[in-house]
Amino acid sequence: MATHKKSIIAVALLLCVACVALAQSSPQRIISLIPSTTEMLFAMGAGPRVIGVGNFDRYPPEALTRPKVGGLIDPDVERIIALKPDLVVVYGTQDDLRAQLERAKIPMFLYEHAGLQDITSTIRELGRRIGSAKESGALADRIEAEIADVRTRVAGRPRPRTLLVFGRDAETLRGIYASGAVGFLADMLDAAGGTNVFDDVKRQSIQTTSELAVARAPEVIIEIGVDTASATGRNLRAWDSLASIPAVRSKRIYQLRGDGMMNPGPRISTSVRRVAEVLHPEAFQKIESRK
Amino acid sequence: MSIGRRILVTWVLFGMAALIVCLLAPLVGSTSISLRRVFDSSIPFEDNADAQIFFVARLPRVLAGALVGSSLAASGVVLQALLRNPLATPFTLGVSAGAALGAMLALTLNLSSGIAGFSAVPIASFAGSLGAVAIVYGLARARHRGLSTNVLLLAGVTLNSFFSALILFVQFMSDFTQTFRTVRWLMGDLDVSSYAPLMAAAPPIALSFAAFAVLPRRMNLLSVSDESAASRGVDVHRTQRLSFLSASLATGAAVSLGGPIGFIGIVVPHLIRLMVGADHRLVLPASAFGGAAFVVACDTISRTALAPLEIPVGVVTAIIGGPFFLWLLIRNR
Repeated sequence: MATHKKSIIAVALLLCVACVALAQSSPQRIISLIPSTTEMLFAMGAGPRVIGVGNFDRYPPEALTRPKVGGLIDPDVERIIALKPDLVVVYGTQDDLRAQLERAKIPMFLYEHAGLQDITSTIRELGRRIGSAKESGALADRIEAEIADVRTRVAGRPRPRTLLVFGRDAETLRGIYASGAVGFLADMLDAAGGTNVFDDVKRQSIQTTSELAVARAPEVIIEIGVDTASATGRNLRAWDSLASIPAVRSKRIYQLRGDGMMNPGPRISTSVRRVAEVLHPEAFQKIESRK
Repeated sequence: MSIGRRILVTWVLFGMAALIVCLLAPLVGSTSISLRRVFDSSIPFEDNADAQIFFVARLPRVLAGALVGSSLAASGVVLQALLRNPLATPFTLGVSAGAALGAMLALTLNLSSGIAGFSAVPIASFAGSLGAVAIVYGLARARHRGLSTNVLLLAGVTLNSFFSALILFVQFMSDFTQTFRTVRWLMGDLDVSSYAPLMAAAPPIALSFAAFAVLPRRMNLLSVSDESAASRGVDVHRTQRLSFLSASLATGAAVSLGGPIGFIGIVVPHLIRLMVGADHRLVLPASAFGGAAFVVACDTISRTALAPLEIPVGVVTAIIGGPFFLWLLIRNR
């Protein structure tokens, strides 16, 4: 009886190991539903293995050639299953999709946005999961080194009080959304050598009224994101009505455009550098002129 | 007390209440400011953060709240009388859904350039509201010599659902950040942060209020029946047209200014009726003032309760308005 039991346990263990091994064998048909993980996969050289992407994935350009299988709220499960993936990268909140993929016995990699460090740790983890540990390790190392370089350049310099805006109605000061003290935008600002004017707001974002903008008195205003509608001077002139804001008076309001700025993916080190360059232009000129 | 005296007392009392709320509201906010510094002319305005908070951030906002509140409350009174339906609100006839669709499109398509210094979203939402008014009005007149209130109501309700479906479609097609912004727009926001949006909304609202001024006596007669009003010399069709168009115009302007802030058009008129009775000569001005005071007070709560975070004003009006109204219903039974 005891040996019987033992053999059952042994078989069960063997099955588990087999399952794990099967799941761990490097996937060849990967679907990624989130822009940042799609970018990560392409950046670590797994692009040829990506057979489906999310509706909002725009980068790299090759990603646009892959079949689109829905977004965060509306993943197209039929399409996903029909593509016969052996790994689907899903967002942590996609509970329905997870349940359906589980029933279909399709392996998954769970992902959720978090801080700056989580980006490189996700890259490493995802790389290990798809059998590209070396490539992903090199990618993460490079990103970390680039961010570390920015940190070194801005170290010891005065950290300007910065309002990091990621959304605003065009040409008015309505509907201003800014980074709170949590999340990769806040981390990005910190790495770039700025002090967040909302470092007491323990949230990822805060809707900023004109009163708050004046009261927090930012020395620099940085507007990022794809939906900072127009890059025209007219759009930035909306701030002129709040002339007591130091950033307005010293004309230190910058728009950093491009969807990469809002994307916690492998382009994050470039984003950090772009923010640092407007916060501390002197830190970058000096070293460049020496070259 | 004669009716003339009662009207005067109503104007004075409710006018005072609205004025007091509007005077007190700019004094409080998420930041504490010094009134002496605000009015200190020896400090240049560019350097005077307190003055900027007072004059650029708070005052336009309070005025926007007053305009939106009085427009929506007064429109509620007029539409309840026109439709002889106590559940009618400024949003019943599709005006706000049209405005919302316009705003959603402007936000989603990222329309950046406005017209004559006014930004795209309010212009688009005002245009949307006018479009909705035109459709409902056209339908209500199509098979009726005057304005069929039944068709008006049914067309409005149907158009509301239809526009809501279009809004959902636009939201579904849009990007995440945009979806959030459109949802946020629907919760109402009075942080206009300049006087230009007020200037844009003021003319249509003034026009509507000019029409409202001649309506109360006719509405009293109409609330009995069309026939009795006609027998007392009221041009029923003209009054209906004027009621519908003026209430819709005021609603469209108010929604384009502050978003579709809910509950005002129904809570305030009923609250006022519980206080002053059903005579529209009292209800209409009292509701206009009461609506202004109510929205400005709710917006003050929205600005300060969780500062520096802000609770959307539409959420505050509904959370306060709903239970308060229910309590009044029970108390007055």
